[in-house]
Amino acid sequence: MTAMQIFFLITGLVILGSALMVVTTRNLIHAALWLIVTLFGVAVLYAILNASFLAVVQVVVYIGAIAILFIFAVMLTRKEMRDRGPQLNKGWWLNAIIALLTFGGLFWMLQSWNGFSKTAADFPSGYDAVGQLGRALISPDAFVLPFEVASVLLLAALVGAVYIAFNRK
Amino acid sequence: MQNDWFYIGLFLVIGLLIPVSALLASWIVSPKKPNPIKQSTYECGMETVGENWVQFKAQYYIFALVFLVFDVETVFLFPWAVSLGSLSLFAVIEGIVFVLILLAGLVYAWRKGMLEWV
Amino acid sequence: MNFWFDPVNFIAHWLNSLLVGWGMAEWLAALIIQLVGVVVLISLMMVFDVFLVWVERKVVARFQDRLGPNRVGPFGIFQPFADIIKLIIKEDITPDGADKVVYNLAPILSLMSVLLLWAIVPLAPVIFGVDLNVGALYIVAAGSIGTLSIIMAAWSSNNKYALIGAFRQVAVLISFEIPMIATMLIPTILAGSMGMNEIVRGQQTVWYVVLAPLAALTFLIAAIAELGRSPFDLNEAESEIVAGFHIEYTGMKFGLFYAGELLHAFTFGGFWAVLFLGGYHFFGLENLGPLVAVVILFAKAMFGYWVIMWIRYTVMRMRIDHMLAFNWKFLTPVAFVVLMLTALMNTLLRNTSSVVYIAGMLLTNVLLCWIIVEILRGFSRAERERTEGVASATVAAHH
Repeated sequence: MTAMQIFFLITGLVILGSALMVVTTRNLIHAALWLIVTLFGVAVLYAILNASFLAVVQVVVYIGAIAILFIFAVMLTRKEMRDRGPQLNKGWWLNAIIALLTFGGLFWMLQSWNGFSKTAADFPSGYDAVGQLGRALISPDAFVLPFEVASVLLLAALVGAVYIAFNRK
Repeated sequence: MQNDWFYIGLFLVIGLLIPVSALLASWIVSPKKPNPIKQSTYECGMETVGENWVQFKAQYYIFALVFLVFDVETVFLFPWAVSLGSLSLFAVIEGIVFVLILLAGLVYAWRKGMLEWV
Repeated sequence: MNFWFDPVNFIAHWLNSLLVGWGMAEWLAALIIQLVGVVVLISLMMVFDVFLVWVERKVVARFQDRLGPNRVGPFGIFQPFADIIKLIIKEDITPDGADKVVYNLAPILSLMSVLLLWAIVPLAPVIFGVDLNVGALYIVAAGSIGTLSIIMAAWSSNNKYALIGAFRQVAVLISFEIPMIATMLIPTILAGSMGMNEIVRGQQTVWYVVLAPLAALTFLIAAIAELGRSPFDLNEAESEIVAGFHIEYTGMKFGLFYAGELLHAFTFGGFWAVLFLGGYHFFGLENLGPLVAVVILFAKAMFGYWVIMWIRYTVMRMRIDHMLAFNWKFLTPVAFVVLMLTALMNTLLRNTSSVVYIAGMLLTNVLLCWIIVEILRGFSRAERERTEGVASATVAAHH
């Protein structure tokens, strides 16, 4: 086993374990903190793959903005930080069967893919990943239209937030 | 190793160990005499009045929302900024349009009174 | 390979041959050498942090026209060691109802987020931790871990004053991140890369503070707010909410928060020096050797730290609504307008001679500054006329 595979296995186990804790723990703030561990694990995966820009963007946007938004939302709406109801809903055995069937289907589909045994190709030395991304984002025959539409989408999100938050004022 | 991030991983581990060792030194050396008065919640020397929960102002959530939108916007601007040195004026105009659309959003939120504290 | 001109590689090479000569595997030797490098860098910063406590107390004393610590050792230089010993032997009181794991994790994460920043600072052309090509966003990412530790500290303390202080502090921290990131984009544009090494190399001829002084000023203001220092220090508003989010922390845990805050201030002085004041460049003196370059960088970082301390001990604290209004209604639009103008002027003047380039950029900044001051004067004149109009109406009514 190469070192990369060992790191990947450890990170994968951490991500799965903390995701399980997110949905099973009763204390809401603890659930938010376990979610942060999961998101950090995904950032570690990006770093293992040498996708530096994605790794830092994951930490900055997900952990630095979205997780804080989650924590604020929990503190704003809940006086009682613990979940008092039952942990499982009524038809839990049916949901478990559907989840297992989905997992089995994905497993069967992916086992015939030979990409698992290939190692990722290294970048050529001096490859400027972020610069290439920037050039792709603004060249007219690449992604300039999605780039501008993204800003309109963010504007729509802002206007929507103003409308919803200030509906009562 | 050839991966830059391995070094940062080492930094993270050692950076966790140093404060932990400081705390461990303190735990070994310090006295441990808990009593209920020392451990009660601090309220300027008096007994706590009322519950231990404050109504969280909704305004904090609004600021976090506006921050999220602008954070994602600046993240989009970083690849544009890195490649700007070798690109034409058209690329600069595209980036400026991107920023102007979001500044219009900021002005809208300002006029709607979303950026007030009270 | 010479020690004076390439110390890190020289020592690494020597250690490598030593360890491999003892029969160790190649990869293990490389790992141990990297580990030694990390431990040396972090230990150096922690020792320097102790020295910073002394600097802070002496400087605040001089600003307040008194002497500062001068009993413990010559010029009081052993005072921080006395402080550390006191903090270690203090009892660790955990309030009841506190969430033990989160309560203990918060100060550790707070100090760790500051130490992580030193991995990318270019101390000399050949001495640096790692040349990450996304350095600017890495700074923001480490900052957001610090923000998280504040929420964790406040929530786990089970104290409503801690919660109030922390929510305000986090609202200020996240608000001021936007102008900080927007002004960090400007050295990125001028250097063509996000990596700190590239940004310092790009300042070989002219420092970026000459090309974009308004951006340097905005970054300094946003950085002071990010540090949680006066005039933005509602966290330590001692007369208002005692000690904010670290009310319930005693002993070494409080020491970790305090040391982390001072080191954070010095680190941002260092980043201001790297991004805008030319890093280790100083009219060619850095070519004498890497250790000279390290001294130059530390001197500039101390200068940045001194400016931050100067502002702290001179200006009064701002109210929270004034702070947030200042950020969203003034600093963010200014930061984005400076960004757009710098990008535009950089592309228009890119191919002209360097004198025209420098003059053009400087002139744009001065012009923008003048326009902003004129707009502010217009606003304040309107405000003054409004209040004086009311006052003169009441005066007229009395007669």
